Amino acid sequence: MTDEITPELFEHLVDLAAFAFNPEEAEYLRRELNKQLKAIQQLEAVPLDGDIPLASHGVPYTKQSRPDLRSDTWQPCENPEEILEQAPQVEDGYIIVPDIPHTKLD
Amino acid sequence: MTIIDQSAYAIAKKVRSGELSAVEVLETALERIAAVDGRPGSLDGGSNPEDESKVHAFITLTKDRARKQAESVDARIKAGEDAGPLAGVPVTVKDIFCVRGTPSTAASRILANFTAPYTATPVSRLEGAGAVTLGKVNLDEFTYGSSTESSAFQPSTRNPWETNRVPGGSSGGSTASVAAGEAPLSLGTDTAGSIRQPAAFCGVVGLKPTYGRVSRYGLIAFGSSLDCPGPIARDVRDTALMLSVMAGADPHDSTAAAVPVPDYMASLEKGVKGLRIGLSPDYMQITFPDPETGEIERQTLPKEIREATLRAAEVLADQGAEIVEDIPMPNTVYGIPVYFVVSRVEAASNLHRFDGVKYGYRAASDYRDLREMYRVTRAEGFGLQPKLRILMGMYVSAAQYSEQYYARALRVRSLIRADFEAAFDPDGEYRVDALLTPTTPTTAFKLADIYGDSVLMQYADQLTVPANHAGIPGISIPGGIDADGLPIGVQLLAPDFKEETLFQIGHTFESATADDAWRKIKPQVLRED
Repeated sequence: MTDEITPELFEHLVDLAAFAFNPEEAEYLRRELNKQLKAIQQLEAVPLDGDIPLASHGVPYTKQSRPDLRSDTWQPCENPEEILEQAPQVEDGYIIVPDIPHTKLD
Repeated sequence: MTIIDQSAYAIAKKVRSGELSAVEVLETALERIAAVDGRPGSLDGGSNPEDESKVHAFITLTKDRARKQAESVDARIKAGEDAGPLAGVPVTVKDIFCVRGTPSTAASRILANFTAPYTATPVSRLEGAGAVTLGKVNLDEFTYGSSTESSAFQPSTRNPWETNRVPGGSSGGSTASVAAGEAPLSLGTDTAGSIRQPAAFCGVVGLKPTYGRVSRYGLIAFGSSLDCPGPIARDVRDTALMLSVMAGADPHDSTAAAVPVPDYMASLEKGVKGLRIGLSPDYMQITFPDPETGEIERQTLPKEIREATLRAAEVLADQGAEIVEDIPMPNTVYGIPVYFVVSRVEAASNLHRFDGVKYGYRAASDYRDLREMYRVTRAEGFGLQPKLRILMGMYVSAAQYSEQYYARALRVRSLIRADFEAAFDPDGEYRVDALLTPTTPTTAFKLADIYGDSVLMQYADQLTVPANHAGIPGISIPGGIDADGLPIGVQLLAPDFKEETLFQIGHTFESATADDAWRKIKPQVLRED
């Protein structure tokens, strides 16, 4: 049986996910992905008519159980410096990143 | 009995009455940790022979913070104030929750240097009730596993019952710390069984509450439609006590349900007379892909696990419950395939935020540009299991495949929910108050036996994951010991927000089996011979 996720498709996914792998890791991950897909393909046998809804979560939220929306009011953050301290690179209160790649539009 | 081996309920009572001080209790916890835990998990920690007989529950022990909390509890009691229902009770916290001012790592290199600037709601509620947080305990990286072995912080946790076995996962540090008597309570999370499966493996009680019963604020997200913070304890009463403190609406989490929190402690002594408890043949077998061929196989559960569940049913029948057999739960078998899709999509979405910009790890090298920085940071920062989940999540939700995979999985998720609705329907054919099932298809497996096989590892959650899809509450309680001397868990499942029914049945079972010989057996690390 051919693998659903081919080496080419795998490379495409890796690019989208912003990863990089050595050949050994890539082989392990691609093998596991294809094994998992075999398990997932069991679902193809489940008869589904059009009335079955998509479940985005299990427990229904009713009028009673859904919390009221919060009022849209501004609240100051009590410790912004503690949050900024976590950033790898900060200057004058700004988070610094390397150059952002630009693409010239023709 | 050593102080730290007593229940949270007993400890809090004694601390509140002044019979014990919170500092004394803390000292016994720290002594136990020093005796059994060994070195904490650390990045690139490797392993050495002396690790093999220790538990390694912890990543970060926050002794000074704990001592301050204990002193403050004692001061409040001295001043005649109410120090709370968990006064002086030591707790451990799965390192997937933020606790302000302490490292909050998710057991991942990508968050190894992250110090949380705020505290998760369940933790602040526990501390507000007088609990003393000992520190952060180990887990599978980002909770992605069923054995705790995938942690970037090694050595990973070992099972206190037999230290060459896994504690289960992903809340393995939590359940091991409770089983080894390092703390009577631990805070875990359950997305597919990550509280109940390790609770079964470690011989403790673990509750996955109803989705939305406990706030997820401050929990580092994995599967946002499945994640449930929940209590781990050594008995049902302590589990109920801990949930009482944590449950309820939270302005910081719009999915925390505005459903009133009942008096869980009052449910404990109600007994089971008149309750209908269901057994389902669909929970007495497992299906899993053959490691060699990939073909789906169907097998009945090991005899000892089946028998432990049936014995629990007999005990409950003797106590007055009506046992209803042959409840059909035909979609149980699809729990793992659906989970492979739904949880991966949610994981991929949640893990895109880790990019080396705002917090956490940033790779140290010269980058041409931002994109390359993302790539190197994520390649170095994430372990293989998170990467695998992200790749799968991106694939099955991609525009051209999402109807085939994601939409189909979400429809089958509705069918899984419908099985439970039919079983619990008060006007339906079965009308059960709860289902009784085994928690896991096996008892604790050996370290390295399954790790690396992501499919077989996921099937360890086969009997627990349906409750996550459906959102209903489930509890695992110890139900016996197998021939290898390892704990067996039995699981109870109830309708939405009916945790009290689980406590009522669980406590009745515990009381009725209190004198059983298997309950006298202690974990290996606590045996004196």
